[in-house]
Amino acid sequence: MDNDNYVCTGCALLCDDIDVGLENGKVAKVHTACRKGFAFMKGCSNPLECTVDGKKTDVDSAIREAAEILRNAERPLIFGHANSSSGAQKRAIGIARKINGYIDDTSSFCQGPMVEAILEGKLKTCTLDDVRHKADVIVYWGADPANSHPRHMSRYSYFPRGKERQRGWEEDRTAICIDVRKSDTAEICGESGLYQIPVKGDVEFMDALVSALSGKIPKTSYDFDKKRLLELASILKKAKFGVIFAGLGMVYALDDREPLYRLMDKLNSVSNFHLIPMAGHYNMRGFNQILFEETGYINRVKFNGAEILHGPEYSVVEALRKKAVDAALVIGADPLTSLPRSVVRHLEEIPLITIDPCQTLTSVKAKVTIPCALVGVESGGTAVRMDGVEIGLKQIVETDRLSDEEVMIRISEAL
Amino acid sequence: MASVMEIYQLLPKTNCKECGKSTCMAFAVDLLSRKLKVEDCLPLVREGKYKASYEKLSGMVTPVEDVTETGLIVHADKCIGCGNCVVACPVNVAADPMGAGSGKAPTCDRVILKVEDGVVKAANVQECRRFGENKILCVACIDTCPTKAIEFV
Repeated sequence: MDNDNYVCTGCALLCDDIDVGLENGKVAKVHTACRKGFAFMKGCSNPLECTVDGKKTDVDSAIREAAEILRNAERPLIFGHANSSSGAQKRAIGIARKINGYIDDTSSFCQGPMVEAILEGKLKTCTLDDVRHKADVIVYWGADPANSHPRHMSRYSYFPRGKERQRGWEEDRTAICIDVRKSDTAEICGESGLYQIPVKGDVEFMDALVSALSGKIPKTSYDFDKKRLLELASILKKAKFGVIFAGLGMVYALDDREPLYRLMDKLNSVSNFHLIPMAGHYNMRGFNQILFEETGYINRVKFNGAEILHGPEYSVVEALRKKAVDAALVIGADPLTSLPRSVVRHLEEIPLITIDPCQTLTSVKAKVTIPCALVGVESGGTAVRMDGVEIGLKQIVETDRLSDEEVMIRISEAL
Repeated sequence: MASVMEIYQLLPKTNCKECGKSTCMAFAVDLLSRKLKVEDCLPLVREGKYKASYEKLSGMVTPVEDVTETGLIVHADKCIGCGNCVVACPVNVAADPMGAGSGKAPTCDRVILKVEDGVVKAANVQECRRFGENKILCVACIDTCPTKAIEFV
């Protein structure tokens, strides 16, 4: 791959083969990126203004005000990080440590459990390049990449030809979709590739698969066709390099990860299977990895002097619901859109700082808003792809806005 | 993509010849290949009892503005730019095995399909296996499209 190509930060695939055409210092034409990536790279229709209490101001005074809020808070929360560069994430953790704050990211109510299991070495994983070159059986479980990650199937998982899969999708690969509905991805997997299960039926399906793989009759309370389950088991058994893409459907259906561990252990005793979490935002996994290296936890952390507290009570949802925090800094996320109102109502009652390139529902309610450059378009940095590979991001266009890392450095200095 | 029979079932089936065709089946064939418009069937538009069929047909046989000379249509409003067709197209693979054929950005100009501004654009359509002297009924791009955005007329 030549180095002239840019990286799209529209989703956690971080496609690094994007070519752009510029016009008057703005992105005008985007080649190869999907519709989602194209919309993301064109920039926001409503850029965020620099404000304090709703009045326009300069960046210096906004940063001063933000530092003041964080300094005066006893239990501040720093949340978001999924849409910010790794550099900014490191600074955010530094700030949380300095002010004894809560720090959490979107993985707390997203792919956190899967990333945690992978980082702790409890689940076997591989990279997307391995998938392209080697995978022959691909399972989309509770995931719909045709909508969430449009180029997932064409670039890595199903269609492309790879080193050991020269004939690509036509002969060398089998795609299987396990889902509660007939999604667009299921359309591509075909009638025989879709295993439609009832909502919350995942755990039983996993256990039934384990039985089928052990040569027992698979039973489910919803009477799933036993013949089809045995067929699926034999496809999985024959796989030379299998991969399961765990979507949010699977994550939300599991109360704990034991059924998944049982299935993966069984699969790996009879064949060779890997799991990749379908992270949504482009750098969610990056934050998880950085925090894991620094504290041993991937999210839901509260710093208390030298002590590091971790648990569900330090998650953004619980902290807001119990009104445990008294100020918040939100960077690279929009909790007012992504979380239920009963949970986020508390954010409107406390001093709120938002750092984002675009106007969001959260920024509308914020006391201090600080605009930053759009990472991957207006500023560079690094980010971590859904499979844990670090990708360098390049700046495409010039901007006078500070990058998110610079904003975090300035706030840190002001503290 | 609608079939001739599906279209025929929605027509009046009276063989009235008002459209200039000898049978409703002949009209259905021409409608599918976009030689005629739904409105060319006068009884369908005129008579109230065909109203439901008329509306259904209008939605089924969408008008096309950018038909390439070989009849390949990309419905830009449906396309999500996933690039499945780009990777699946056998001509693309033959022309550019390491780029388009491997899921990456196309590296040569001879590819038929490529994604621009988030939507698939067709070029070099004369290379398509559905046309020319040795044509075959290739459906690689239609089959792999999750949103049914590609059509041949």
